[in-house]
Amino acid sequence: MSNVNTCASLDTGNDILILHEIRHALRKLLDDGESTIIDLRAIPMAPGEEARIEAMLGQGELSATLNALGKSTINETAFSGAWLITHYNTEDEILGKFIEISKLPSILASQHEDIEVALEQLTHQLLV
Amino acid sequence: MSHDETLKESLTRNGVSRRGFLKFCATAASIMALPPSMVPAIAAALESARRPSVIWLSFQECTGCAESLTRSHSPTVEGLIFDAISLDYQHTLQAAAGDAAEEAREEAMKENWGKYILVVDGSIPLGNPGYSTIAGISNLDMLKETAKGAAAIVAVGTCATFGGIPKANPNPTGAVSVSDIIKDKPIVNVSGCPPIPVVITGVLAHFLTFGTIPELDELGRPKVFYGNNIHDRCYRRPFYERGEFAETFDDEGAKKGWCLFKLGCKGPITYNACATAKWNEGTSFPIESGHGCLGCSEPNFWDMGGFYKALSQPAVDVSQTAAYALGAGAVAGLGIAALNRKKKADVATDHQTVTIHDLRRNDPSKTEAEDS
Ligand code: SF4
Repeated sequence: MSNVNTCASLDTGNDILILHEIRHALRKLLDDGESTIIDLRAIPMAPGEEARIEAMLGQGELSATLNALGKSTINETAFSGAWLITHYNTEDEILGKFIEISKLPSILASQHEDIEVALEQLTHQLLV
Repeated sequence: MSHDETLKESLTRNGVSRRGFLKFCATAASIMALPPSMVPAIAAALESARRPSVIWLSFQECTGCAESLTRSHSPTVEGLIFDAISLDYQHTLQAAAGDAAEEAREEAMKENWGKYILVVDGSIPLGNPGYSTIAGISNLDMLKETAKGAAAIVAVGTCATFGGIPKANPNPTGAVSVSDIIKDKPIVNVSGCPPIPVVITGVLAHFLTFGTIPELDELGRPKVFYGNNIHDRCYRRPFYERGEFAETFDDEGAKKGWCLFKLGCKGPITYNACATAKWNEGTSFPIESGHGCLGCSEPNFWDMGGFYKALSQPAVDVSQTAAYALGAGAVAGLGIAALNRKKKADVATDHQTVTIHDLRRNDPSKTEAEDS
């Protein structure tokens, strides 16, 4: 299936609604420290709308790549506190796209369980 | 992975980090159409989830449903969900055949009696059991026997859920759906011809995560995926509201992406997730490619008038109806759903078959003489 009917005038208006939602989420983050995650795949979009949202959000200071079950890109947008997270599978196909409004996306932090494994491994290595 | 190993243990054994597991949970939440805020709950549930046994029976079907799933766009995560279940019998995919395959089914049933998930694609012929058999066993007998020990049944595709194409007029094999036969088990109807792959895995992921089946609509379909109709989530909806319709597949309206209602779109009476989940790596869905919705996830879609015949008329001003419903303090969706159901009943009685002429009527280069 290809997008044969792409047309500049097609618009669900959801791109603007998402920007409003991000604005509210940023306010909530500042006031209560509460994070929000928006699943972009759960929202109906006209052809080109998702790309338009991404263009409007722009690129901020920080980008990170995670390699776990395929690649994930975690990019801070031009609006500090709003992050665009894209999960890919091992074939580089997109599995999910999320906007996380938080100081640091939770998936970036080293995880307790992984640190435990690391401690065990390092201890073992020093003993050998 | 043994049946006693949890999903978490299996992932760890395969070297998947906690971050990988969280990524898996985030994608699973998206697949199940659950809000991202549910990810911690999903992670907690999946950590201790044990691997359920799945027996998959294929009856009068075209294998399109299994194709849809096995060619789905996310091999990693969906593959993991499949690793997380034990697909003990699927005669198209398994290597064993004949008696050996049937033995595998019987063994899986015995070992997991009362706990396995039965997946069924294809309808069941009641006209003559000889129309469709597996290893000499009629579809009816195999379904009844295998359903007995199942914890739940997932009917995959419109054939298993509503009879589908085999049941289309004049239904030569006497095809019926799973729920026409099995009355004493929870049945999840995952309709569609074929169903959206993530919807199939979404239901399996739900069972894996929560140990239960998701909430169902009145036709037994999971509400999270079939709760909205295509029309309500269609990006062409503003054109419908403005009365801007494509009249042929190549007129100016079609090029501008106007509403396909007059070209037979069944979006207003069809409940499915195509408009958001989309197909082919989330690329598009039929309406986005310029063709109206066929209504393939609805009962008797094949007999609902011609694919290119417009639903009676866009006479009902849906936004107006919604406004009345809201004004009366009612739930707008209910009013519209009732209207849509009435519309669907009208369409069914107004059955019309498609002719070559119908297909060509939009092609000005074809004359009547050529058509006849
Ligand atoms: S009739 Fe079809 S194309 Fe038109 S808005 Fe409804 S679902 Fe979309």
